[in-house]
Amino acid sequence: MSFRKHVFQARDLVAGYDDRIILDHISLEIPSNQISVIIGANACGKSTLLKTLARIIKPKSGEILLDGQPIHKIPSKQLARVVGLLPQSPIVPEGITVADLVGRGRYPHQSMFGTWSRKDYEAVAEAMEIMRITDLANRPIDELSGGQRQRVWIAMALAQQTDILFLDEPTTYLDITYQIEILDMLTDLNRRYGTTIVMVLHDINLSARYADYLFAVRQGKLVAEGKPSEVITSELIKDVFGLDCTIIQDPISNSPSVVPIGRHHASGSIPAAIGGKVHVR
Amino acid sequence: MIMMNTFTLTKSTKTTKTTDPIAFIRLGRILRRRRWVLVTGILSFLTLALCAAMLMLGNTIYPVRDVIAVLAGEDVKGASFAVGTIRLPRMLAGLFAGFAFGISGYIFQTMLRNPLANPNVIGITSGSSAAAVFCIIVLQSSKTVTSVVSVIAGLLTSLLIYILSRGHASFSIGRLILVGIGIQAMCNSMITYLMLIGEEHSLPAAVRWLTGSLNGVRMDELPSLIISCLILVPIICLLGRQLMMLELGEQAARSLGVRTDAVRVMLIVSAVILAAIATAITGPIASVAFLAGPIAVRLTGAGSANSIPAGLVGAVLVLAGDLVGQFAWTTKFPVGIITGIIGAPYLLFLLIKLNRRGDF
Repeated sequence: MSFRKHVFQARDLVAGYDDRIILDHISLEIPSNQISVIIGANACGKSTLLKTLARIIKPKSGEILLDGQPIHKIPSKQLARVVGLLPQSPIVPEGITVADLVGRGRYPHQSMFGTWSRKDYEAVAEAMEIMRITDLANRPIDELSGGQRQRVWIAMALAQQTDILFLDEPTTYLDITYQIEILDMLTDLNRRYGTTIVMVLHDINLSARYADYLFAVRQGKLVAEGKPSEVITSELIKDVFGLDCTIIQDPISNSPSVVPIGRHHASGSIPAAIGGKVHVR
Repeated sequence: MIMMNTFTLTKSTKTTKTTDPIAFIRLGRILRRRRWVLVTGILSFLTLALCAAMLMLGNTIYPVRDVIAVLAGEDVKGASFAVGTIRLPRMLAGLFAGFAFGISGYIFQTMLRNPLANPNVIGITSGSSAAAVFCIIVLQSSKTVTSVVSVIAGLLTSLLIYILSRGHASFSIGRLILVGIGIQAMCNSMITYLMLIGEEHSLPAAVRWLTGSLNGVRMDELPSLIISCLILVPIICLLGRQLMMLELGEQAARSLGVRTDAVRVMLIVSAVILAAIATAITGPIASVAFLAGPIAVRLTGAGSANSIPAGLVGAVLVLAGDLVGQFAWTTKFPVGIITGIIGAPYLLFLLIKLNRRGDF
């Protein structure tokens, strides 16, 4: 099965508020049908980059092209059928049920009156099935836990059925179990439908494990990009996060894993040479 | 192997089981839709019944037959004047102003996602009132001029509030409400000053701008209100779905393809015009804009477009409030006093609730 391919590029993006520059001439191309993660320290501009790519923030200069066409020239509903975003903290209208909220993801596909077609029902049911929330369909969201709520929001973004999906820190505030669950579900989505996923994640090791491709941002500049195994080195982590660390191999996924050094607790011998491998029994 | 889950939907006494997720989702939607239709139907019926009561009740009670005859243009002794000249304009003013206040309050509350945000609390109607009192007392201008000026003043006040509450980078709803309350205090102090210096004969007309009343509304004042309702309410209904998306926050709405800036401007302008024109005719009828939305949402259930139910609740509040004010006691009270009495405890309740939640 071949997936729909899109070329999504940013050229020379500059963004910021007033005279504070947050994105400093960033050019990039999002790899189609893959999972990309934007990493960087707090306030480095990674979230701004994501929001600018997802057309929430208007860049001061530079352009964003979808299949060669500047996105601001594409009618907003049409664009919303290809590019979706899950914001970091969306707002739950009081008392709304899960199915109604997920159904709002169908907005760009519906006519002016918003009656639900067969396709809308199918899309909503499928999105809820992927996120395993079907049995919650008719419950008010106020009653759900944080992890369940996050799954509802992602289901809403899935119901939008876009080929490209941006997510702004989808795992923040969740327990580690739920973080893994969400990231596994997003990976399912990518493998099953070829959805291009671009997200900001805080956890560098989960980023290295789940990403096919990484973008590293420091002070509004793109400092490195590529596969995690090529990009993640102790030098880069020092450069981007200002953290001394050693890189080992994640015994589960074989992806690189960052072990911080810190000022305490070092047992004396830092495993082999920095970047050396740790054997798994 | 396919896993077959059974989904169970319990609605009061009935429990429905199904294995088809689409049927399960549809069933829930149908039940919620049915409730919306039922509630809207009941509200419409209630509104009509209150309209009829407004025409029939008074010093003399006329039967339905006479009222219909008057409305059909026949000349009925006594009834023609009482019903046609006094009660009909009063009823129409209550119906349309109530609807306008209800729908405009609902728009502000939904769009700004704050139950405190409504034309009264954020000072739009107080701008209209202050301008009207100024026209009446200082300029001694005619009713038409007063109405036009108060509508313009309402629009300018809301623009001023918007500009003052716009921060450097972000727009804050809390700031909007606080600025609105400040502007409202300024307008009110101006009104008080004008009332003190005003000549006695112009005071009754001015007082109407402070409490909100349907007394003495004339037929020739109504066209502006009725026409703007007929034009703006359909526009608001067409934007109902966009309003629902705005409820999810700016970012979610934009990524769903809503042109948020354009939609917001259209909704705000419509809501402000409705509130300002209604205020120009009846004065600021206390609490209606503030109560109608939450009552409508509570009745229909969240998650649907509630502009029409909110408008109907507004009309019901004003018409019922006016009937109570006219007939419940030997002294007649203007409708604004009655609705104010209902609104005050709700405002307190809301402030306590929001304070607990840490929203304010």
